[in-house]
Amino acid sequence: MPAQRLWLLWRVGVFLAALTPLLVWGWQVAVNAAGPEPGRYLLLNIGIGALWMLLLTLSLTPLTKLTRWKGFALIRRQLGLWTLAYATLHMASYALFILGLDWSLLASELVKRPYIIVGTLALIGLAVLGATSNRWAMRRLGKRWKPLHRLSYPILGLVLLHFFWVVRADLGEWVMYAVLAALIMATRLPPVARSLPRLRYRFSRT
Amino acid sequence: MLIKIAKPSDLHESDVTPESIYLSRRRFMGGVAGLGAGLAISGSVRANADYSDVPEGNAPAWLKEKISATEWKAVTPRDPEKDSLTPFDDASGYNNFYEFGSGKTDPARRAGSLKTEPWSVVVDGEVNNGGRFSLEDIARPSQFEERIYRLRCVEAWSMVIPWLGMPLAEVIKRAEPTSKANYVRFETLVDPEQMPGQRSSFSLIDWPYVEGLRMDEAMHPLTLLAMGMYGRELPNQNGAPLRLVVPWKYGFKSIKSIVRISLVEEQPVNSWQLIAPNEYGFYANVNPQVDHPRWSQATERRLPNSLFRPNTMDTLMFNGYADDVAELYAGLDLRTNY
Repeated sequence: MPAQRLWLLWRVGVFLAALTPLLVWGWQVAVNAAGPEPGRYLLLNIGIGALWMLLLTLSLTPLTKLTRWKGFALIRRQLGLWTLAYATLHMASYALFILGLDWSLLASELVKRPYIIVGTLALIGLAVLGATSNRWAMRRLGKRWKPLHRLSYPILGLVLLHFFWVVRADLGEWVMYAVLAALIMATRLPPVARSLPRLRYRFSRT
Repeated sequence: MLIKIAKPSDLHESDVTPESIYLSRRRFMGGVAGLGAGLAISGSVRANADYSDVPEGNAPAWLKEKISATEWKAVTPRDPEKDSLTPFDDASGYNNFYEFGSGKTDPARRAGSLKTEPWSVVVDGEVNNGGRFSLEDIARPSQFEERIYRLRCVEAWSMVIPWLGMPLAEVIKRAEPTSKANYVRFETLVDPEQMPGQRSSFSLIDWPYVEGLRMDEAMHPLTLLAMGMYGRELPNQNGAPLRLVVPWKYGFKSIKSIVRISLVEEQPVNSWQLIAPNEYGFYANVNPQVDHPRWSQATERRLPNSLFRPNTMDTLMFNGYADDVAELYAGLDLRTNY
């Protein structure tokens, strides 16, 4: 098989893998296995899913540096767009299933609740990045594209803050994601970033 | 199964004392003097409701006997159509019981490790007749009643649950409180071996879970000490073997798996107040006008719901029990005493 075909297969595989959780959760709701509050079940699962997508997207650059494998860079835009898709579905679940599409309530909650404000800001940020992820926008933005897309770092911070403010009794799960996020961000500190390719060199010699 | 199951056709609307009559009679009689009489209102023991689809529990013989002698449907909702019973599977599968984890399904999955037999409760503090009592000793002198109450969680969802138990007032009276007993303080079991949530290093709750009531709230005839629900003993995840049910307050006030009841002089600090005093107060009365800082309390989602039918309804003052309990709070600013 030509290399081109293999890369396409890889990208389609990633697409299906990213779609699978949504299908599984939807199936659970369809067969009444999602508990007495299926809307909240979708809301929470998709929210955590969005955080996973963001963390995966942000780990692609350090993984590329570490392995030099071309495949990671090939799915970066796709995973970024999946993050946006999950975050949008998360927000839509809230508006649809929790608020029952009560627009006036949505408007008042949007300005009253700090955790919703922070979550909405993160979603707006993701939407900006999604809208500027195509080739045309990349060409238009030129040198400004990269600093713009570094917005994903503060977005990760907003998402973790949003999550932190939802926690009621036990921070355990939140701490796990915060540590993961800190590790991924630490790979971007210049000294660490410089040592990643060296690490690969060492691996490849042994 | 020991409990006689009656067919639905055996039950008539006329058998049931409606909440409104129960409550209005209660007001008429007034005060503690009416307590004993109030309990006898519906007279003879009624037939059990249809709980044939509820899995049989594993209660000790004395508790099964106690339950079979229950005065069924002693309190029922005013509007049985709107407040129809939540299915047992939902009431026992979707719980907040942080001793077993912070997820809604954690308690149902993990509470099997809780040993509810033998169980004893310490009654102490400002009482003349305190001590350590077995569960059976606490239950023995009282007649069990079935009370169908709305349960409003502070998280803005609600259920309707048929509890089995006795008025807390009876237990407190037997302990002979002194004149200094102004509040009642409750404690849940602490045992990290049985309660995995207590093993978490990131828990914000300082175990044991503590709750409290003012003396008049504790003595109120609606305040129930429950040992069962849906015609059987409490499932572990619902607070077995002994829990509080205070229907006009947010669910977290109804402390589970109680091991200690103390009559005290000073107002106790309850667990949630300790964690987030700006979000949770001592009173925690259901109040649609005072929002939780993170969400509105004006409405609630009656469970089970479905995706496009969130079952949203207006939350009622004191969870709909205002006629009976509002007078307890006359002159109290409910906005600052949330």
